[in-house]
Amino acid sequence: MKAASEEMIALSGATATIAAGLGILVGGILALFGQDEVIRLHGLIFLAASAAAGFYVMTHPRVGGPDEQAHYMDGPIKVATIAAVIWGIVGFLVGDLIAWQLAFPDLNFDLPWTNFGRMRPVHTSAVIFAFGGNALIATSLYVVQRTSRARIFGYWLPWFVVWGYQLFIVLAASGYVLGVTEGREYAEPEWYVDIWLTLVWVAYLAIFLGTLWKRRESHIYVANWFYLAFIVTIAMLHIVNNLSIPVSFLGSKSYSLFSGVQDAMTQWWYGHNAVGFFLTAGFLGIMYYFIPKRVERPVYSYRLSIVHFWSLIFLYIWAGPHHLHYTALPDWAQTLGMTFSIILWMPSWGGMINGLMTLSGAWDRLRTDPVVRLLVVSVAFYGMSTFEGPLMSIKSVNSLSHYTDWTIGHVHSGALGWVGMVSFGAIYCLVPWLWKRRGLYSLRLVEWHFWTATIGIVLYITSMWVSGITQGLMWRAYDSLGFLKYSFVETVAAMHWPYIIRATGGLLFVIGSILMAINVWRTIRGEESSDIAEQPASAAAPELRHAIAATPAE
Amino acid sequence: MAEKEIDSVTGVETTGHVWDGDLKELNKPLPKWWLYTIYATIVWAIGYWILYPAWPLPGGGYTKGIWDYSQRAVVTQEVADAKAAQASYFKKIEETQLEDILKNEELLPFVMAGGAAVFGDNCGPCHGKGGAGSVGYPNLNDDDWLWGGTLEAIEYSITNGIRSGHPEARDMAMPRFGLDGLLKPQEIADTAQYVLSLSGGATDEAAAGRGKQLFADNCVACHGEDGKGNPAVGAPNLADSIWLYGSRLADVERSIVTGRGGVMPSWGGRLDPVTIKMLTAYVHSLGGGQ
Repeated sequence: MKAASEEMIALSGATATIAAGLGILVGGILALFGQDEVIRLHGLIFLAASAAAGFYVMTHPRVGGPDEQAHYMDGPIKVATIAAVIWGIVGFLVGDLIAWQLAFPDLNFDLPWTNFGRMRPVHTSAVIFAFGGNALIATSLYVVQRTSRARIFGYWLPWFVVWGYQLFIVLAASGYVLGVTEGREYAEPEWYVDIWLTLVWVAYLAIFLGTLWKRRESHIYVANWFYLAFIVTIAMLHIVNNLSIPVSFLGSKSYSLFSGVQDAMTQWWYGHNAVGFFLTAGFLGIMYYFIPKRVERPVYSYRLSIVHFWSLIFLYIWAGPHHLHYTALPDWAQTLGMTFSIILWMPSWGGMINGLMTLSGAWDRLRTDPVVRLLVVSVAFYGMSTFEGPLMSIKSVNSLSHYTDWTIGHVHSGALGWVGMVSFGAIYCLVPWLWKRRGLYSLRLVEWHFWTATIGIVLYITSMWVSGITQGLMWRAYDSLGFLKYSFVETVAAMHWPYIIRATGGLLFVIGSILMAINVWRTIRGEESSDIAEQPASAAAPELRHAIAATPAE
Repeated sequence: MAEKEIDSVTGVETTGHVWDGDLKELNKPLPKWWLYTIYATIVWAIGYWILYPAWPLPGGGYTKGIWDYSQRAVVTQEVADAKAAQASYFKKIEETQLEDILKNEELLPFVMAGGAAVFGDNCGPCHGKGGAGSVGYPNLNDDDWLWGGTLEAIEYSITNGIRSGHPEARDMAMPRFGLDGLLKPQEIADTAQYVLSLSGGATDEAAAGRGKQLFADNCVACHGEDGKGNPAVGAPNLADSIWLYGSRLADVERSIVTGRGGVMPSWGGRLDPVTIKMLTAYVHSLGGGQ
């Protein structure tokens, strides 16, 4: 057994070295012969990253060696956790900048790099893929090891996944700022960055499946079903939606394989399932591990988890056409998109019920532990936005809400409320567990984070309801003679104050995330906690808890 | 695998699986209301599929639904109805002279409403929603007209534009006295002082005095001896207190240096003649139609 694993480690090191060499070669070719500035810059970044990786692998041959095999592999998880915190602040800040730009357009500074059109994908990619993605990678790799009682599959591969993913983020974001984009919403990176993400993602799937494969538990824990559904489906969505033909293999520009309404449908099949499988299934995985762990209660209903998992997976994939109501998309496709969205309502709520009701017998934790409150309020926001979503998918409602700020408000009640808060909760749990601390640096700071974020979200979504419904009603107002009652500039002027309120809410959310960064940093540094006595036993790293309760608390 | 046990808080049995030390699941049945709501949404969806177009069929067709609904047919009908509702007005406007429209009590409210709607989306972005203008974009609410404020002149400006590149555009432009070296900086400053003096705004009387001759030599051909302008060539009245590019000395100097020369698009290719007629009447009514 020992010998076999020695061989595997050597094989992994050799593969990693060869891969780094290939990376240097490809990066070098692009840097030298690239046909535009951006691809040459990206070639250079790729070359530097490959060289650094190759150097590290060759100088650290024993990383992940046999002596470490008895332990869980937490290094890549720590990197992804810190990355989530940092990218989160970047993404929220850019989001708030463009929110202020909408209220005060001069804030685009009249520069190409900082205008709304380039900053917007930086914001969406940073919050969804950089913040959310790193939170998912960190938690999934943590959870799959613990619930499988197995170390992550692979030696260098998990490191490749985590650092390769960061490289993807840097290439994507720098491309947007420099004006390189496919123009596909939530899938803006150009063809070569897409190929890179595909490699990273396949490696992610491999280490996740590999870990499940060697598990020492007879059953696969529910959180892992959701993580696996997320990883597999995102691979499929990413590849199909990004099928395109580069103008040149040495240039950054490519053209989609699809056109017209097929292109729109492919894009929204991708876009809505990115919501369903990235922002929903993945984060439900977080919910199913971190809520029961933190409150020390069993999951409310095993049967509900099975039924809502399979119904969610089956139904989500149909819902995309509701983004294209009243367009060139055929009637029948719109009907299917709408009806499946309505049926999706309860399967979504199944997750909410299971998350909330897991607190049965531990509701007092909501009062005493702000980390629990973050997790639980996130589930409440999940419930709210998965009710609002089916509502907005109804064609007659959509004819009012489509293209208005109502959509933006809906997205953010899900993104800030559900995805953001469940990730914050998970990060607050993970950091003391990973760095072997007895608790967080400050629970009071979490309390502040909770309230700034919550008030920020409430300001955000209420102002967007007001502005969205105002916009929708103004656009469709006719006078008795059949003329439009309002000009477009008037509808824009009417948005001014809601935009200011929204940007203020966003600012509160940013402040909350900075408080989290301070708290995480001080916890990692091992600073003494001021309120350790108030923190629950489950806040401490498992190794430091006196006894892991074998029976439910009470 | 651990034994199944009864959770002491809820009295419900667990599934007997334990992960990571303490993760368990209760074997609770599905909430009834939850299940019945799913069934209700499924029944509703099936009903919708029966009524409306829903499922693609092999060979490129799809189930049409028993209500024979078609989004395209609905919108085509709605657009046709909206056009029909306005058709009689459009026909009358087409047949009526602009002067007569202003006196026609049946047509005038329609023309004003239509003109306002067209103005808001096409002219408002530059001239302001109410036509009050801003620096570089004339105020249309006053009676000071660069190119004339008669119905005919307004219709011509809208149709062909100003320095728009359209062959019929109004494209007289003031020379770039500074950029092209026609006047020296000191001469420009003196001329500007003189121009300001016409509306009592000069800050240096001596300079204004020196500018008088320069004005006579360079400007009167278009702006007139008294500086009151000439709509035939788009030369603004310099003797009033209305300033398109600002009334400070620096603004006037800059006008002389660069010649300005603002641009308005020609709308003849984008708006139909009846719409332009309505727009003309509306702009004429804003304040100072001649």
